[in-house]
Amino acid sequence: MLELENLEVGYGESIVVRNIQLKVKESQVVCIMGRNGVGKTTLLKAIMGILSPKSGSILFKNDNITKKSPSYRAIKGIGYVPQGREIFPKLSVYENLLIGLEASGGTKKNSIREDIYEYFPILKEFKNRNGGDLSGGQQQQLAIARALVSNPSFLLLDEPTEGIQPNIVADIQRVIRDIKEKSKTSMILVEQNLDYAKSVADYIYVVDHGSIMYESSVDEIKDEDVYRYLSV
Amino acid sequence: MSGTILTLFNGLSLGSILLLIALGLAVTFGLMKVINMAHGELIMIGAYVTYVIQSLFLKYVPEPFFDLYFLLSIPIAFLIAAGFGILLEVSLIRFLYKRPLDSLLATYGVGLMLQQLARSIFGAPNVGVQSPSFLNGGLTIGTLVLPYSRIFILSLSILCLVAIFLYFYRTTNGRRVRAVMQNRQMAECLGVQTRRVDLVTFAIGSGFAGIAGCALTLLGPIGPTIGTYYIIDAFMVVVVGGVGALVGAVVGAFGIGFFNTIFEFFTSATIGKVLVFMLIIAFLQWRPSGLVSSRSRVLDE
Repeated sequence: MLELENLEVGYGESIVVRNIQLKVKESQVVCIMGRNGVGKTTLLKAIMGILSPKSGSILFKNDNITKKSPSYRAIKGIGYVPQGREIFPKLSVYENLLIGLEASGGTKKNSIREDIYEYFPILKEFKNRNGGDLSGGQQQQLAIARALVSNPSFLLLDEPTEGIQPNIVADIQRVIRDIKEKSKTSMILVEQNLDYAKSVADYIYVVDHGSIMYESSVDEIKDEDVYRYLSV
Repeated sequence: MSGTILTLFNGLSLGSILLLIALGLAVTFGLMKVINMAHGELIMIGAYVTYVIQSLFLKYVPEPFFDLYFLLSIPIAFLIAAGFGILLEVSLIRFLYKRPLDSLLATYGVGLMLQQLARSIFGAPNVGVQSPSFLNGGLTIGTLVLPYSRIFILSLSILCLVAIFLYFYRTTNGRRVRAVMQNRQMAECLGVQTRRVDLVTFAIGSGFAGIAGCALTLLGPIGPTIGTYYIIDAFMVVVVGGVGALVGAVVGAFGIGFFNTIFEFFTSATIGKVLVFMLIIAFLQWRPSGLVSSRSRVLDE
């Protein structure tokens, strides 16, 4: 479904990730792990099209999207939940969700799937509040819901549980597991917690110094190999 | 008593004129942060469009229907000014979105070119536009006469304001615009075509300049440099009101309008203007980001 070939990405002169070979199959959940600053977010931004790679290529659904704009990729079916949540602060919660519909071209009906509100009931309750007035955890729920409303076939989740109170973390983890089981959505999930990663992912990549140092399917993974790159 | 009412009405009227010329700028400068010095020339284009339509009506349309020219010129002035806006955006401004100083200079140059264009086509002297007969005369209240043309401009500016509000806060396109202005990158990642949003928004702001030009023909003769008289006032309204907030432009326009009229009433036209400028300078020391500041914690990051 998604294939990264020899990808090299950086900011200006400095190269942050290099030589990335990565593959995500249909309805597969892939976890990317690694310490802070090794290039996980940079990698996701390149897949979304916010950063353009210096070399290498990105194939999505047999289409070379390396040079395409983020909106092209969104319409093609990639949903993105960025690390900073990036809620539109002066748009209401409902309007934030409607912007999420842009990618599916279905804004005319202005209909938000009911099951989104079942996942995150708080979003229905706070429908008319400004996005910027929500707490961090609520914003994170909104960011995930906003990516889901357009029924993406591929989801990029950048540390969706970072800095969030435990019961909402559990909610979010349950939702991710639910999406994996119910729909055929493929995912790349950036995650720090190995136990959780193992419980939800099919395949795990570990990144260090901008390159993939270890990869394995969850069935054959050896914890000590992962921890070697995760411990400080 | 009647003097007070007249001063109030004049303030309201001046405020509505300021609002009308600043509305377009509140969109292009306020929302999009483009310093478009050619905005005054877009106003001029609207005024000349009205002049041309009036001349055509004088020539080809039977007398009884002459008054209709004005109602027709409002939408046409909007469309033609918006067309020039699109041309300007595609050929110049889109390359300068992140370079405000360059866009200031470049659009100033475009403004001069448009002025010269008007001079070549219509000649340097001012031309007069004959007001439609239904706007001659005025509403008589006691000893006071409130000119219909002023009342018309007041209604027109309120109508335009309502239209802009409805567009930005009630339509799908308006929602896209607000999303792009708040977080361009994320809007793009959610599938919003930001290029198209920029183009359409700039065209709308330019179109409203056209309507303002159309209204200005009711106040006096028009010439190639009419835009330069109004561009400073327009920027002042937007800056005092607060960049990025339409409500600010409303408060700014009527605030400046009232103060200007009151100061003029007690002093003279020149001293009145000087006092208004001094007041604005003092005000901006106190609130550098204007009356209605759109900044929030999240936007500042």
